[in-house]
Amino acid sequence: MRAVHDEFHGDLMEVSMGPHHPSTHGVFRMNVVLDGERIVKLKPVFGYLHRNHEKLGEGMTWLASMPFTDRLDYLCAMTNNWAYALAVERLTGLQPPERAEYIRVVLAELTRLLNHTCLAGFLLQDTGAMGTPLMYAFREREKILDLFEALSGSRMMCNYQRFGGCRVDVSPAWLAAARKVVDAYPRFLDEFEALVTGNEIVMARTQGVGRVAPELAVAAGVTGPMLRACGVDYDIRKVDGYGLYPRFHFRVPLGDHGDTYDRYMIRVLEMRESIGILKQAIDGIPDGPILDPKAKGRGLRPPAGEAYGRIEGPKGEIGFFLVSDGTPNPSRYRVRAPSFVNLTILEDMCLGHTVADAVVILGSIDIVLGEVDR
Amino acid sequence: MSASTASGVLETFPLEARAFLLERLPTPWGWLAASLLSIGAIVVVFASIFAISTLLERKILARIQNRPGPNRVGPGGLLQPLADAIKTITKEDIVPRSADGLLHFLAPVVLVAGALLSFAVIPFGRHLVPVELEAGVLFFFAAAASSEVAVFMAGWASRNKYAMLAAMRALAQLISYELPLVLAVVPVVMLAGSLSTVEIVAAQAGWWGGILPQWHVFSPWGLGAFLVFMIAALAESNRSPFDLPEAESELIAGHLTEYSGFKYALFFMAEYLGMTALCCLAVTLFLGGWHAPSAFLEFVPSYLWFGAKLGVLIVVLMWIRGTVPRLRIDQLMRLSWKFLVPVALGTIVNAAFWHSSAEWGGAWPAVRWAAGVALLLGPPAWLARRLSAGLGPRVYRYAT
Amino acid sequence: MNGLGILKGLAVTAKNFAGSFSTKDRLVTVEYPEQRTELPENTRQFPFLVYDGTEPIDGLRCVACRICEKECPPQCIYIVMERDAAGKPAKKPRVFDIDVSVCMSCQICVEVCPFDAIKMDNAFEIATSDRFEGLLLKREDLAKPNSHFHRIHPTDAAEVDARLEEDRRKAEEKARLAAEAKAKATRARDEGGAGAAPKP
Repeated sequence: MRAVHDEFHGDLMEVSMGPHHPSTHGVFRMNVVLDGERIVKLKPVFGYLHRNHEKLGEGMTWLASMPFTDRLDYLCAMTNNWAYALAVERLTGLQPPERAEYIRVVLAELTRLLNHTCLAGFLLQDTGAMGTPLMYAFREREKILDLFEALSGSRMMCNYQRFGGCRVDVSPAWLAAARKVVDAYPRFLDEFEALVTGNEIVMARTQGVGRVAPELAVAAGVTGPMLRACGVDYDIRKVDGYGLYPRFHFRVPLGDHGDTYDRYMIRVLEMRESIGILKQAIDGIPDGPILDPKAKGRGLRPPAGEAYGRIEGPKGEIGFFLVSDGTPNPSRYRVRAPSFVNLTILEDMCLGHTVADAVVILGSIDIVLGEVDR
Repeated sequence: MSASTASGVLETFPLEARAFLLERLPTPWGWLAASLLSIGAIVVVFASIFAISTLLERKILARIQNRPGPNRVGPGGLLQPLADAIKTITKEDIVPRSADGLLHFLAPVVLVAGALLSFAVIPFGRHLVPVELEAGVLFFFAAAASSEVAVFMAGWASRNKYAMLAAMRALAQLISYELPLVLAVVPVVMLAGSLSTVEIVAAQAGWWGGILPQWHVFSPWGLGAFLVFMIAALAESNRSPFDLPEAESELIAGHLTEYSGFKYALFFMAEYLGMTALCCLAVTLFLGGWHAPSAFLEFVPSYLWFGAKLGVLIVVLMWIRGTVPRLRIDQLMRLSWKFLVPVALGTIVNAAFWHSSAEWGGAWPAVRWAAGVALLLGPPAWLARRLSAGLGPRVYRYAT
Repeated sequence: MNGLGILKGLAVTAKNFAGSFSTKDRLVTVEYPEQRTELPENTRQFPFLVYDGTEPIDGLRCVACRICEKECPPQCIYIVMERDAAGKPAKKPRVFDIDVSVCMSCQICVEVCPFDAIKMDNAFEIATSDRFEGLLLKREDLAKPNSHFHRIHPTDAAEVDARLEEDRRKAEEKARLAAEAKAKATRARDEGGAGAAPKP
């Protein structure tokens, strides 16, 4: 047992939590220095899941990178696809038809439901809830995955978006099925909230834990629900108005404390807004083609230049920066992964809290190691 | 009267069986054989209760989580405990090289022994008390206290940081919760006027107004003491929401991190035995022991009533486990010292009031009940408000 | 903070406990080897090669153009073109290997194939004890008849068949027109020739 000596506290204990730890959500390591149970120093160590994503992207054609984006954040394949497609569309000037844009909105919001539901489950698992909320979350997640499978052929690795549109058209039957899932979702959310939100132990474990000051969050480039939990009104759907989001009516919930409970609640409230968007989108979807007639997958050579495509992913701003030199491969391919950026303030959030809190705080950041390490 | 004779036979059947066996043994060894028979019966019965409750817990948790649960081994998964046993026994027993081998080996043994010892003073039925001790309750707590030492031994001897943290947590937790656990028993002892478990059960005979059994739990002080006892018992047996020593998401498996194979199984056995023992004591002290809940149901053998009450308590504990998340260590300590201990002291006051007002007549019983209920609800509500200052539901705003 | 939240939670779990016995909506588990869910038509697992007619190898639609090999993101396809006795490319694959342990089921090969020769199968139970040879699928393992394609992806297959039929019809039309034009030209030349140089 290596002890770290500290003049004031006496002997401290250094614990390496991870890379294989039940609650690090993958292979991630936190080097923590503990004074009793209190954290006096925390160093996140990542890269165990590094798969050379960006360099690989530079070595293959534009289209061939699309399935790899599924594997960044494996819960949100659809939004990753969209961000990448958006970047390439900006590079090439392709314009998805209206129907494709509607489909994208539907899928992105379904992904948001899926991701936030899973996160709530994982978070409760980290607080020690014996898997019950997680199982309920997964029960609902399956329904959305069924929709994804029926549409794209795969449950998680969808590989669905294409430059200038989508790959497969949605059928009326699929839309009806999606509508059914969406209509049933508020009931599940109510039940889930009855189990979790009002639970005194959950409140005690999450309120006031892992506070983030809005200034720190902005300075660190934190995005997504984590930023909005600090009370900063920044939602790329509103700010950028990409896709057809300006057409839909939805509100952006904001937290006031920036603690773990706020981060959880903002996600729950966002899910309720997503349900509203989904209803509008499914009802308003127009007929028409789903792919820009000029679009081509194989042999795409965008004109030389650079483009940045970003969307409001469930975890935050997911963006792709691409540089083309007119060849069939990107000359630079860079991913702005929200999990990674949000994770950088882990130490600031955890200092002064206990080991148990660190686990909950990490859970509330909502990281997927596939995206952090790339 | 055939029904009552039949029930009488059933009632005394365990005694008859023991006498039958003892007659066939040489007299000089009779006293030893009698003890061994009791020990054997306890080990067999509670080991099978352990096996059944592991399966039951997995099934109940699964159903709560909308899963079917284990259903592959035997019909409906009934042989799952057997499969688990075979699996754990055949697994390699790993002892870390830097561990303290002796303590590492002794910890599970001490834990199981302590848990089994505490069964000795529980009156399981009208005639079924393994050992009739004058200070039965005291013996129970003395025996059960060994679990603290054992968990600390396991954590310390493993020489693992997670196990070490778990050991520190376990010591703090188990010692803190011993206090409300014992304090909750004090009013029972006060009112029954005896430390003997048999006499405490006997004190709960009779009916309120001919319907409601005179169990301690059906009085204001008894309900309060029962709830405090059960919360403390949950913490003493390291079960959710107080499973901090083995907090899976934080400390891997806490003090069990470096255990494998049969020793690991022993830990689990001890955990379940400890929980069962505490539930047995709760049934004895508060739920009327082996008494039937109603006069016309008395034909059912008393030990079956005991078993039924025990089963209900165990199922409720599993239900709680499937619902709530875990507390943090400082909150856990605060809950004990700032909430449970004062509440337990309050129930002692309440019990004293109840005892001294027993002779009130006329319209006074209504006042007596009202005062008792006020004493039951008031202090906890006030303490809970103070304890949870700053926490509560929140209202969220939306960006315009 | 009065414990009501926990009681509410207990009510939810109790409801789910009871519901898992009564409603299908709550007990969603499918006990896999005995029960199976119906796979959606679009389900994709691993690629296979379509052949027409009855001869698996001779009927392959694949012309070994190697487009899929180039486009495959994880590079799990390996193709060698058949050569006839004279060493001329025969527009048939001599080797067509897919390492399904590497394949990530992305369907890019299907999308880029100009000949509708490679499609996605929905068989997922391909586990084997030999992960090198067992998961390296050869031409013979990959060849499946068009009827199989029709069985697993009926809509898609009908579309492909219609398109191929259309292409064939167009090609035939074109060939016929070309032949006619050629015949006409020949006739015209013949006639012209006849005018210019009378037969002996």
